[in-house]
Amino acid sequence: MAYSDKVIDHYENPRNVGSMNKDDAHVGTGLVGAPACGDVMKLQIKVSPEGIIEDAKFKTFGCGSAIASSSLVTEWVKGKTLDEAAAIKNTEIAEELALPPVKIHCSVLAEDAIKAAVADYKKKTGAG
Amino acid sequence: MTAVANNTKIGRGPGQPIYLDYQATTPCDPRVVEKMIPYFTEKFGNPHSRNHRYGWEAEEAVEVGREQVAAIIGADPKEVIFTSGATESNNLAIKGVAHFYKDKRDHIVTVVTEHKCVLDTCRHLEQEGFRVTYLPVGTNGLVDLAQLDEAITDKTAVVSVMAVNNEIGVIQPLAAIGALYRKKGAFFHTDCAQAVGKIPLDVNAMNIDLMSISGHKIYGPKGIGALYVRRRPRVRLVPMINGGGQERGMRSGTLATPLCVGLGEACRIATLEMGAEAERLRSLRDRMLNGIRARLPEIYVNGDLDHRIPGNLNISFAFVEGEGLMMGVKDLAVSSGSACTSASLEPSYVLRALGLDAEMAHTSLRFGLGRFTTEDDIDYAINHVAEAVEHLRSMSPLWEMHQDGIDIKSIQWAAH
Repeated sequence: MAYSDKVIDHYENPRNVGSMNKDDAHVGTGLVGAPACGDVMKLQIKVSPEGIIEDAKFKTFGCGSAIASSSLVTEWVKGKTLDEAAAIKNTEIAEELALPPVKIHCSVLAEDAIKAAVADYKKKTGAG
Repeated sequence: MTAVANNTKIGRGPGQPIYLDYQATTPCDPRVVEKMIPYFTEKFGNPHSRNHRYGWEAEEAVEVGREQVAAIIGADPKEVIFTSGATESNNLAIKGVAHFYKDKRDHIVTVVTEHKCVLDTCRHLEQEGFRVTYLPVGTNGLVDLAQLDEAITDKTAVVSVMAVNNEIGVIQPLAAIGALYRKKGAFFHTDCAQAVGKIPLDVNAMNIDLMSISGHKIYGPKGIGALYVRRRPRVRLVPMINGGGQERGMRSGTLATPLCVGLGEACRIATLEMGAEAERLRSLRDRMLNGIRARLPEIYVNGDLDHRIPGNLNISFAFVEGEGLMMGVKDLAVSSGSACTSASLEPSYVLRALGLDAEMAHTSLRFGLGRFTTEDDIDYAINHVAEAVEHLRSMSPLWEMHQDGIDIKSIQWAAH
């Protein structure tokens, strides 16, 4: 299977790999997927007092498309409000990375990861 | 090794990745190609033309090929029929016997780790009303002889057990199986696509009635294989392809002379070089495994390491997904047991049959070493794999949890 140039770029130069302290009150953590299914994504967001996502980090167990999808969304969510970030659609991710049909689930997982991170942050701050 | 085999350009194009996928296919040995060439142009006759020199010389060449194929498995040349490959041979052996004996016997015994073309053939026969027993394997990938013995009844038409598994390279105990089945009158078929030329085979010593052979797995051409069909006691088949009655009526159609010549020559070379080649590959395989083990923790070999062909290594690299890893080892041509390499999204059924968790099956790579693999290739591969795994583990949430002492199995993962 041939990968798109954008998938290869994110795979070879992943943006924002890493971890934040999940116990930090300003950090929301989303952990989605399952090892048995071949993909697990951890997405973390750091939210400013104004409710803007100032930083994002990811770690992903998965194929190149899964790594690229999570790398891409860490770039996209930065500077967005929680609601703007949660509105990112998997179709936009799939389109940006030119994912083939068998890889659409990677983009779905990335969307789920954002929503999970936002929900975790809201739960922590009592805003949800 | 010959001068030809030491030429590293064979089996690797310029600027191409190092080929470590010899269980998928092999390059044609240049000695094989050389033997084939005249039969495309000058000696192009129809081997079934009985009336002129063109036909005679083609027929003679085909029969030399047949003798060479027979020789590597200890058979009589009359017992070897040419087919398009091991898939056709497996179909013909299983369907042919099942259909011929269906009035008396309606049962087939096979193993869950067989190649898709055996399993799919059996599924097809189930739809026709045959009963099929799919035997499990142990964690080492080997079939249990007591279970096999129990499964065979006086209604069993054919027992089909592969000699060498294509994913994990384990060798089933053919001689012991051959000793079992005959008392109940079933026939023993074995898919030897991955075994011929790799391990010694003898159809008489092993009591094999039908054996499938592939050309392109043994440095011969693609598009040809063979089926051994025992004459004493005689095994009868209903043919799948009807026509001019070639190949003793079991497989009609004009034989492809150059391909028959190529398969024969590939068998001749394998007969001569198998011993030395196995020793060389074993040392390369051990070098690779030891090299990877020295660099990386948490790696697991899938399948029995002792009862295994020397050219196969199947390793799970825990906490790193196989397809992602294949993308990382882009200077190597390998394959993965991960779901993502197939359209089905299910991880390898062979690895699952060993009792491997789906998550471990997702982390596997298969390295296939062969005739043109060099020590330099292996040393490069060890370093390349180790760097890629380390890089991917550094970005794996599972590796992070493992480092933090969290048991990944203790987490409630959402299925998706």
